[in-house]
Amino acid sequence: MRRRAIPLAALAVLAAATPVSAQEAAPGRDVYDRWCAGCHGAEGEGDGPAAGTMLPRPRDFTTAQYQVRSTPSGALPTDADILHVIDEGMPGTAMPGWKDRLSQEERRALVDVLKGFSSFFESEDPAEPIDIGSPSGGGQDAVAAGRETYEKIECWKCHGRAGRGDGASAPTLEDEDGLPIRAADLTEGWQFNGGSSVEAIYTRFRTGLNGTPMPSFSDLIEADVVTEEQLWQVAHFVRSLSPEAPRVREVVRAALAEDGELPTTIDDERWNEVERFYVPLVGQVIEEPRWFAPSVDGVWLQALHDGAELVVLVAWNDPSRSPDPEWNEWTAKVETAMAGTAVSPEADTVATGPDSVPAVGPGQTAPASTGTVALGHPDDSLVIQFPTTIPEGMERPYFLMGGADDPVYLWVWESGGEGAFEAVGHGFEDIRPLAGEPIMAAAAEYADGQWRLLVRRPLTGPEAEDRLQFGPGRAIPMAVFAWDGSNGESGKQGSISTWYFLYLDRPAARGVYVWPALATLLTAGLGLVLVARAQRRSREGSDVT
Amino acid sequence: MDRSMKGFASLAVAMLILGCGGGGADDTGGEAADEAVGAGETAGPVVNPDSAGTITGVVSFEGTPPAPEPIDMSEEPTCAEKYTESPVREAAVVSDGNLANVYVYVKEGLPDLDFPTPSEGVPLDQTGCHYVPHVLAIQVGQPLVIKNSDGILHNINTQPSKNRGFNISQPVEMETEREFSTAEVMIPVKCDVHGWMEAYIGVQDHPYAAISGTDGAFSLENLPAGEYVIEAWHETFGTQTQNVTVGAQETQEITFTFSGEMAGRPVPLGEPLVLHADHAGVK
Repeated sequence: MRRRAIPLAALAVLAAATPVSAQEAAPGRDVYDRWCAGCHGAEGEGDGPAAGTMLPRPRDFTTAQYQVRSTPSGALPTDADILHVIDEGMPGTAMPGWKDRLSQEERRALVDVLKGFSSFFESEDPAEPIDIGSPSGGGQDAVAAGRETYEKIECWKCHGRAGRGDGASAPTLEDEDGLPIRAADLTEGWQFNGGSSVEAIYTRFRTGLNGTPMPSFSDLIEADVVTEEQLWQVAHFVRSLSPEAPRVREVVRAALAEDGELPTTIDDERWNEVERFYVPLVGQVIEEPRWFAPSVDGVWLQALHDGAELVVLVAWNDPSRSPDPEWNEWTAKVETAMAGTAVSPEADTVATGPDSVPAVGPGQTAPASTGTVALGHPDDSLVIQFPTTIPEGMERPYFLMGGADDPVYLWVWESGGEGAFEAVGHGFEDIRPLAGEPIMAAAAEYADGQWRLLVRRPLTGPEAEDRLQFGPGRAIPMAVFAWDGSNGESGKQGSISTWYFLYLDRPAARGVYVWPALATLLTAGLGLVLVARAQRRSREGSDVT
Repeated sequence: MDRSMKGFASLAVAMLILGCGGGGADDTGGEAADEAVGAGETAGPVVNPDSAGTITGVVSFEGTPPAPEPIDMSEEPTCAEKYTESPVREAAVVSDGNLANVYVYVKEGLPDLDFPTPSEGVPLDQTGCHYVPHVLAIQVGQPLVIKNSDGILHNINTQPSKNRGFNISQPVEMETEREFSTAEVMIPVKCDVHGWMEAYIGVQDHPYAAISGTDGAFSLENLPAGEYVIEAWHETFGTQTQNVTVGAQETQEITFTFSGEMAGRPVPLGEPLVLHADHAGVK
């Protein structure tokens, strides 16, 4: 304690005694200033100019709390641990991987710069990685046993019964700075910080994630509460919850229902046979107000049609079934944390007063003023967007809810209130239900941190202005939007995708298979006739001669 | 890495030299520093009970304390059923004008003596989804015995500024030991599973710290005769200090008085980390 009272003169002596480390850090410091300081701050305090727009916030290096480590809870990371995060980034956050952008020398130099921001690297012993041994065997039995231990040690309190980060304690979780933090969605392994291999998952169990609510489970082994093998089994179980990172394909295919009958419910077993397409979503950061803390990071789409009707099943993970009072505090905390970028939900909802009618250019018709649709908070919302007509070329409406003179046709769903309906969008500020008799039907279910939404619509419907008429064999532009109301998302502040395509298989079986078969038969038949005739002729000829 | 370790060694050496008032010694590198540090920590003179006194006192409370905030434990029936009355938070425990859970300690004035580290552990229990005790005093290196009597998942997430925080899981009835390496006032402890669970740990490199009871009383015993700065810390009402002189075989009685108006004052937790001189050069 007394040692801390170093006179200024001593500091001067010290500075003179250690000029080497200061000089040596300089090259890495340049790299830091250029690439890192914008978020992590000039002095590593996690307070760069961009920090306030991010949730989770950039790391504050002065506390030396690193989430992804190989060392025990509370211990410092190894140099290799820090380098690993610089190289690979932190999926699901604003931190990218730098492996391909900076040289190895630069990245190594950065490790020393980061360590230099905290005196802990001088006052603490360097930590040794935990010896995790080698994984116990996987397989179905290990996964089943792992599920039992997952229940026993109550991982579900935060991560949920199905692992989607929707446990009872999830709404109250905070990071070291009191900012809201998500329990990891264990069904999205490709988003795991530190990697999704069984070894990486097991290492997280042993080390915990410093600065987050995720504790270390190492003491359980020492106290004989679980064995190392049992903890490995939990890792196998968690690994089994997520597929490999889904391949993103530009075209979502709506197959022709084989037996000609479409599933009519969400739980119809036939959905298990229908191909799933993943569409990743990101926060809307193109237009003000931007959104850097999106909740929904992707949707799974399945589609079928029977030549007359189209049915689409959308599934997406959302830890809260909004509106849910259990999440009110979370909503408030997110809104406070994002105050720099957020606007109040009310501001997004265009009032119906005369001043608020969206501006329209000369020569255009103002949309019918039936009131615009407020998406998101307090509800969860999902929108599937199409053009109003299938474009002939590659030209598509503006992908963010269309523009003033290039409208989009929308399927809108809200967890409360209106339910599901068709709409037309002229931009985010002007989304109006389609007039006339509704032809779309929808049903939604929420369970274990996941929404599933079934939408049905006849391919063609009564001609209405701005209603898309679907047709097979065409690439139909399609985009998806999602809002998590409990995350304070509304209006432009939600998740978006770029344009994808929906392709309805042609009901072409007869045309494709029957005619060629008939043609083949006919050709063969004709051939036979010709051959027979020729043979007869040659016989007759020989008779004559 | 090697260089920065060397830098630290020189730092430690320089600190020792200056701390001891000496000078002129050469920078002899890491080994010398380690020896010097080791030498500094060997047993020195200890407190002589004959020349020691006692500071006792009461923490009183004026005015109306804030109403205790009820806790909704419905999500955790195992804990909820341990209560006959609705459980409440302990941000201000006042009874008969006395304030409990105040951490009272010697902040300044101790002579250069050796204060042995007790081997006896300090318990921190989790029962009824509450930490018991709510505030505790512990010495550097003394075992903190963390116990889960509830048998349901708790995690113990310590959030110090000067020590290294740990966050460990206790999903069943079990005990775990941890310790702290540096004096710090105070270290918040929380359970992320049950957001209402809070505790505070005060760490000193000496034994002169106490927690006021529900009667507001505290006592600092076997204190070498001398002049001290005594600080009283409360999670809601902030800190106060008093200068107290205590003589050999003497008992000084003091009173700290907190009041409702003090709520919302900044409550110090840890101290900002001071970067060492050689970091300042990294710019």
